Amino acid sequence: MANLQSEFVGIKSPNPFWLASAPPTDKEYNVRRAFEAGWGGVVWKTLGEAGPPVVNVNGPRYGAIWGADRRLLGLNNIELITDRPLEVNLREIKAVKRDYPDRAVVVSIMVPCEEAAWKAILPLVEETGADGIELNFGCPHGMSERGMGSAVGQVPEYIEMVARWCKTNTRMPVIVKLTPNITDIRFPARAAKAGGADAVSLINTISSITGVNLDSMSPEPMIDGKGSHGGYCGPAVKPIALNMVAEIARDAETRGLPISGIGGVTTWRDAAEFLALGAGNVQVCTAAMTYGFKIVQEMISGLSEWMDEKGHASVADVVGRAVPNVTDWQYLNLNYVTKARIDQDACIQCGRCYAACEDTSHQAIAMSDARVFTVKDDECVACNLCVNVCPVEDCITMVELDAGALDERTGKPVQPEYANWTTHPNNPASREAAE
Amino acid sequence: MANTTMTPGVAAGRLAAEVLQQNFGDLHPPLGRHEAQVAADRCYFCHDAPCMTACPTTIDIPLFIRQIATGTPDAAAKTILSQNILGGMCARVCPTETLCEEVCVREIAEGAPVEIGRLQRFATDTLMAKDVHPFMRAAATGKRVAVVGAGPAGLACAHRLAMHGHDVVIFEKREKPGGLNEYGIASYKTVNGYAQAEVDWLLMIGGIEIRYGTALGSDVTLDALAAEHDAVFLGVGLSGANAIDGFDKANVGPAVDFIAALRQSPDLSQLPVGRNVVVIGGGMTAVDAAVQSKLLGAENVTMVYRRGKDRMSASVYEQDLAASKGVRIVYNAQPVAVHGNGSVAEVEFEYTADGTGTGETFRIPADQVHVAIGQGLDGAPGALELTGSKLALSDGHRTSHPKVWAGGDCALGGEDLTVTAVAEGRDAAEDIHHSLMG
Ligand SMILES: Cc1cc2nc3c(=O)[nH]c(=O)nc-3n(C[C@H](O)[C@H](O)[C@H](O)COP(=O)(O)OP(=O)(O)OC[C@H]3O[C@@H](n4cnc5c(N)ncnc54)[C@H](O)[C@@H]3O)c2cc1C
Ligand SMILES: Cc1cc2nc3c(=O)[nH]c(=O)nc-3n(C[C@H](O)[C@H](O)[C@H](O)COP(=O)(O)O)c2cc1C
Ligand code: SF4
Repeated sequence: MANLQSEFVGIKSPNPFWLASAPPTDKEYNVRRAFEAGWGGVVWKTLGEAGPPVVNVNGPRYGAIWGADRRLLGLNNIELITDRPLEVNLREIKAVKRDYPDRAVVVSIMVPCEEAAWKAILPLVEETGADGIELNFGCPHGMSERGMGSAVGQVPEYIEMVARWCKTNTRMPVIVKLTPNITDIRFPARAAKAGGADAVSLINTISSITGVNLDSMSPEPMIDGKGSHGGYCGPAVKPIALNMVAEIARDAETRGLPISGIGGVTTWRDAAEFLALGAGNVQVCTAAMTYGFKIVQEMISGLSEWMDEKGHASVADVVGRAVPNVTDWQYLNLNYVTKARIDQDACIQCGRCYAACEDTSHQAIAMSDARVFTVKDDECVACNLCVNVCPVEDCITMVELDAGALDERTGKPVQPEYANWTTHPNNPASREAAE
Repeated sequence: MANTTMTPGVAAGRLAAEVLQQNFGDLHPPLGRHEAQVAADRCYFCHDAPCMTACPTTIDIPLFIRQIATGTPDAAAKTILSQNILGGMCARVCPTETLCEEVCVREIAEGAPVEIGRLQRFATDTLMAKDVHPFMRAAATGKRVAVVGAGPAGLACAHRLAMHGHDVVIFEKREKPGGLNEYGIASYKTVNGYAQAEVDWLLMIGGIEIRYGTALGSDVTLDALAAEHDAVFLGVGLSGANAIDGFDKANVGPAVDFIAALRQSPDLSQLPVGRNVVVIGGGMTAVDAAVQSKLLGAENVTMVYRRGKDRMSASVYEQDLAASKGVRIVYNAQPVAVHGNGSVAEVEFEYTADGTGTGETFRIPADQVHVAIGQGLDGAPGALELTGSKLALSDGHRTSHPKVWAGGDCALGGEDLTVTAVAEGRDAAEDIHHSLMG
């Protein structure tokens, strides 16, 4: 069986599945149960400064969106960092780490943007025997209004500065957790690296309003008639997180910087995708909050089965495998020509492909009186919309035209060689270069 | 001229070969990949799931269904088989309507459970189609255990013992393994020789030898087995079918014999069945005999049970299945006599109220009568203690003999089901293992 043993910035864990800093890791009781269920590690719920802890709202703090059959697709929260006293958390972290030496215990921290505040808390965390720290520069609500969380994460200079303070004041590995509420994720990642961070983790939650109650005219979740934007997470955010991870993995300046992938990981496959795009491990929050700690068993069995099937002996073997294939649009091969094909035996004649293509795309699907749907190759631009809207898996597929075959839409044969936009005659830049 | 459903007496070939083939095809056709995906998506991954508690082998049902949902049916199969090595057969034959699916929260809320049985079949079939065995034996212990009976209990026990590194010899009186999986279960629940294929797959673990045609009692004694092995497990099932006094005319016999003949018949069009068939009893065996008589082409099949519908041990689902195949079920009537000249022609019944006769009688025409009023142990092996008609057990499935364990239908505890036999065989193996290894 594949070896799921994972090592991330020197921190070992029996598998690459860590619980993200959030309610599942807010106390000893939870974390012990998580470890018993099989989680490889945890990032403890974010700690704040000593003194009176933050307070949370006392009404609903979560909103959600659902798919068919009320499957939870996206979760939104207006929760703050831990609202339990610092000493209690530290005591519990120490006890848990002592009892589970083989599991990763990383402590998330968010204190004001002053070196003294970081200097004060770091030795306390170090004393617990924790394996590392994660700097929470991501929380998009509440804490950001107090100059912490994403208020720091949105300013690369602050990230670099705080990361450096931490590297100077502790021997623990430093992971910088990034907020996605920014235009280009590469800038904060570069800043983290410049500050000496050992790794970045991403994404934290995305600023969002999940819905509006049309009776009370307030955003959900509603607190006494009002609502506030919260942080969005769960399966819905995975595509955004994957892209951000890939951008950092392939950026010339941050290439090689370890990444802990977070955002919507729900199944082994999600995890494998993050690993392939360059994450060294993954962190999970919403899936555990939706299904309980036991969910990790499927992630473990699925990942190891897939690795066995593909012959990947270790997690490290998978990490970054897809990164070389992430490129810019301009380098995509314009001589790669495909056409939609409808499998008439599989077709159930719902006509959704027809509606989609006829109304909103290229009028490339014909419909007969007998409800037989066929692709008009001379119109099909291979956009993939029909494939995506078809309710039957594999009924419509994209078939590649061989080199030399006639593309009926352009009236030209498919060219064998690779050619992209940079050299295309319609590209003003390429015309200038040729002149 | 070919026979028809109307041909008088007991006759073979009442239906055309194609019709017979259709009648005895899969009762629940297997799920395709997409169907399985859709069915799996309905599972809520309940905490401390009721289905798991209801399963006698405690399969982690939410986990295996999630593994199907995430496209890893082989992992799902391992989850199933690690608890229930005959998970493939159980997926086909378990009365899920009274086990896992009965307590599914969606059955309770919507009257439509997650299709656990069919999903289980999807997973186990996927793995077995690859002809791989997912378990390995532990290092050899040098211990030898005798298992008597290659039915579900014996096989489950043998597999678990082999896995723990012990060497196992199974003594089986018949010429084929499987027990009632091979000789009893309705054909349409286990088509295409599945019972044998499953045993072949199970034996891939290694370390299990089966000696066919070797019966405990006549060919070997319990004392000899106990002397020659480190432990003995008895999974002999219930071989003695109960009979009704005075019911001794031709074409009257135990339902289990009719079913065994049917299961072993190489060509169902050669198997004779009555035009008018009467089945006496109210359990799963009675339903199977009645339904299969009908499927063979009997014109009239009547099942007569001595108590009310609510007392019948066949589930409502099974009763509905019988009704849907055209079986008539008569409740609250007990057999009094068989009439006929040599062969049976009629069965006389007396109506009952709360199980006791009312004095009022009636007759049903019958060319063939299947008696399904239960089976018993054919005498206790050795001098083992009994509780009622079954082997008495103490904790760990131990009999009154210090080296002998037992499980399945022959021993006390649980319902007489394939899945219960598997659970008991497995648990006895664990207890044997612990007692042998100290
Ligand atoms: C007609 C019928 C239909 C059924 N349908 C279902 C169903 O749909 N679903 C379900 O869950 N359950 C069903 N059952 C019940 C189920 O088949 C049994 O509960 C199960 O097979 C019990 O397993 P076992 O291993 O204890 O015994 P068995 O399956 O009876 O196996 C006992 C084995 O021991 C062998 N044996 C017996 N005596 C000796 C001896 N002296 N020496 C050596 N070997 C011996 C036998 O040949 C046999 O191979 C049905 C039963 C019957 C009769
Ligand atoms: C209720 C809730 C509270 C959270 N609190 C924190 C926190 O204190 N610190 C932190 O770094 N991230 C926090 N997060 C963000 C998660 O750690 C994680 O980055 C995010 O939920 C995305 O992962 P997911 O899609 O698996 O949930 C919180 C998320 C949720 C849902
Ligand atoms: S999940 Fe628990 S704490 Fe939250 S609202 Fe429900 S009962 Fe209350």
